[in-house]
Order: sequence, then structure tokens, then C-alpha cells
Amino acid sequence: MKPARFDYIRAETLSEAHTALAEDGNDARVIAGGQTLLPMLSMRLARPKVLIDIMHLPELQKIKADGSAIRIGAAVRQAELLAWPELAKSQPLLAAALPWVGYAQTRNRGTVCGSVAHADPSAEIPLALIALDGTIELSSRRRQRTVSAADFFTGMMSTARDGTELIEAVTVPAGRRGLGYAFQEFGRRHGDFAIVACAAVAAQDGIRIAVGGVADRPTRRDFPALDGSALDDALDAFAWELDARDDLHATARYRRELVRRMGRATIEEARQCRA
Amino acid sequence: MPRLSADQRHRVRFTLNGRPVEAEAEPRMLLTDFLRQDLGMTGTHVGCEHGVCGACTIEIDGVSARACLTLAVQADGATIRTVEALAPEPGRLSVLQEAFRRHHALQCGFCTPGILMSLDSYLRTHSEPTETELREFLGGHLCRCTGYVPILAAALDAAKRLREAPAHA
Repeated sequence: MKPARFDYIRAETLSEAHTALAEDGNDARVIAGGQTLLPMLSMRLARPKVLIDIMHLPELQKIKADGSAIRIGAAVRQAELLAWPELAKSQPLLAAALPWVGYAQTRNRGTVCGSVAHADPSAEIPLALIALDGTIELSSRRRQRTVSAADFFTGMMSTARDGTELIEAVTVPAGRRGLGYAFQEFGRRHGDFAIVACAAVAAQDGIRIAVGGVADRPTRRDFPALDGSALDDALDAFAWELDARDDLHATARYRRELVRRMGRATIEEARQCRA
Repeated sequence: MPRLSADQRHRVRFTLNGRPVEAEAEPRMLLTDFLRQDLGMTGTHVGCEHGVCGACTIEIDGVSARACLTLAVQADGATIRTVEALAPEPGRLSVLQEAFRRHHALQCGFCTPGILMSLDSYLRTHSEPTETELREFLGGHLCRCTGYVPILAAALDAAKRLREAPAHA
């Protein structure tokens, strides 16, 4: 299992990265930590002509927080964000979700934005962004734009990014008083891809639940402040809408049952955190 | 901005186990193959080649990482440690390696270099790990011989001995 041939560019400025992307477009792939790209290269699921390494751009290496939002640059590794002392206070959902991303050894290299770019339907970081109304900053030689997470993930490993664009950063709103956050995941081993993952945000007058690993992209639903069997019914309807499929890891029926049960448990945990 | 062309070999330099090294690699060469084939450091093992088994775990710039999920050209300028750096001198094992021997924490030994490198790095920052923490941490490694129980015992024993005499790491 060895990658096919490609050129390699270590970009030293943002405009170099933009130029390379403009020239090679869909034949280029951006590499940051490489933790999801390298397996795809080795298995030859991806065969780019050129890799553009953005890990040496100082402007992409920052975590910036201003009390209302946290902006995470494209070269910030998952382990760096996890070790950021403000994380649990700033955004409890991200703090709860990050330890589920891969293994300690892959979090040391993999970036937050790389996971967003890859858009695996069972990945934790895209799920957290969907639950939190995060945004993705894209830039190319011609334009800059910001896309909401809800519009960014368009299907199985596909996103609204066009071939010439670079993800510069993702931004998530800071945790707010009066809201409770929780994240739960089920997989065979810690570090495996999630069979189902749930993120919940509880407010006084409503709940949001987001689910990964079932549909072709992370998907969310907002409910009023339901309880008891009304909440079970709402989760049951949501579980069916996700259109689960059978695969090697679990049957569709099993996934729906996880959405019902783990969904409920995650919502209850989020409510307790709010209290 | 140099563009390293796909068909040529390019000079890659980094610090390996405290010494500067250099060799040439195509952009597509994985760091595992570069270490083993070009630098002759065969302690780093190649298992699954997609980041799951952990046999190729090394230390890059002070943190544990998968060599198979890194390109040799990405490592240019980095500081790298491999399992060959663990023993303090020829004929003497590190505290962790000695604990692996004492607890029979390996049988075939294929996964061992990766697990040693992960634990070496973990124990440096976690001097009093619990068994639960170690189980979770070792989730990033596959061992098909031991059932992990002796590996956990060796890690806990090594942590205890390192607390008592940290100078003998």
C-alpha cells in the first residue's frame, strides 16, 4: 500500500497556497496533519497530482477566542485544541467530543480543520460544528467567504468547498450560560469510527440533537422542550428520517435503536449540565 | 516555494535520535519506509499502513505519532525519536523495556516498538496513570499475542519504578 506519485509543495505564505490551488484546482489536495489523507493516498482512493502542505503558515496556527466565539486556524492540531486550557470553559461540547477523535497518537498530528475538510459522516468534529452552528472560512485567490456548517457538509465526504478554496479556519460560538451540552458515542473500541455519535444542546425552551454515523452527513433536529414519551416519539421519527443503512459494522435497525436510546441519554446529560 | 517533483528524489534532513541525518526521498515516500529502507532503522515496524495498528508509532517533535501517516518530506527539519533511542546504552534496557521483559508483555514482538514509544511518551507526562487511562490510551495499538493484560501490568510497574527513581528512565 503505497501512494501514487505526486508533487509536493510546502507553502510558505497563504498566497503561495492560493496560487498553487488556483493552478492545480481539483488535481491538488491540501495536506495539513495528513491523518485522514495519508490512508486515502496509501489505498489510492485519492490520487492527486500535487499536495500543498499548509502546516508551516504561521497565520493558520492560532486559536483565537473573544468570549463570544472560538476561531481555530487550519494548522491547529486536535491535541493542541484539547490541551488549550480554556477549552472546557469556552466550549464544553468541543471539549467532550475531541477525546473521541481517533487516537492520542493521531490527534497529535491531525488538525481540527482537516477533519472538517474530509467530512466523514461519522466524524466527531463536523458533528460538533453542526450542533453548535459553527462556520467555515474559505479563501481562494479570487474570494473569501464564510459558510455555515449546515450548508458546508453536502454528503458523504463531500462539502461546499470548491477545488481552488482553502479552509483557513473554523469558528464555533462559545458556550453560553443557560445552555447544557453533551456528547456521547458508541463504537466497538475507543478510537474506532463511531457507529453512532450524538451531540445535544439543551436550553430552557428547547433541545437540539445532532447525530453522526447514520446519514451521509451529520444531521440535526430542533425540538421544543419535550419529555417522557413525547421525546421518545420525536427521537423515533428522527431515527427513521436519517435513513440508516446496513453495513459491516451495524444494521440499520441497530443504528436506529442507538439514535433513540443514546439520543435520549445525551439529551438528559445535556439537561443535567444546564442545571 | 520549491515544488518537489513527483519523479525525483529530494534531500530530506532531520534529527533522528539526537543525530542529524539526511537521505533522499520521492515526495510519496512514507516516513516508515524512509526510516527502515534509507536510514536502516528497522525497529519501527510496518503493520496496517493506515494508522490503525500502532506498530509504527514514533515520536515527532516531542509527541507520539504514526510514521505511516507521515510523509518523509513532511518530516524535513523535524526532531524524531524511534525505539532505537530507548535503551540508555548498549546492553542496558530502559525501565519500561525492563518491565516489558519482567511481565512477559510481548510474545512475537511485532507491536512492541510502537507500544513502547507510545508508553514512553505517555509516562513522561502522566506519572501516576490509572489502569483505565492506560486501557484507553492503548486503544490506539493492536497486539494479537498477549491479550494486553501483561502490557498493562508492565506499564503500571514501569510507572511506579519511574516515580521511585526517575533518573533511571
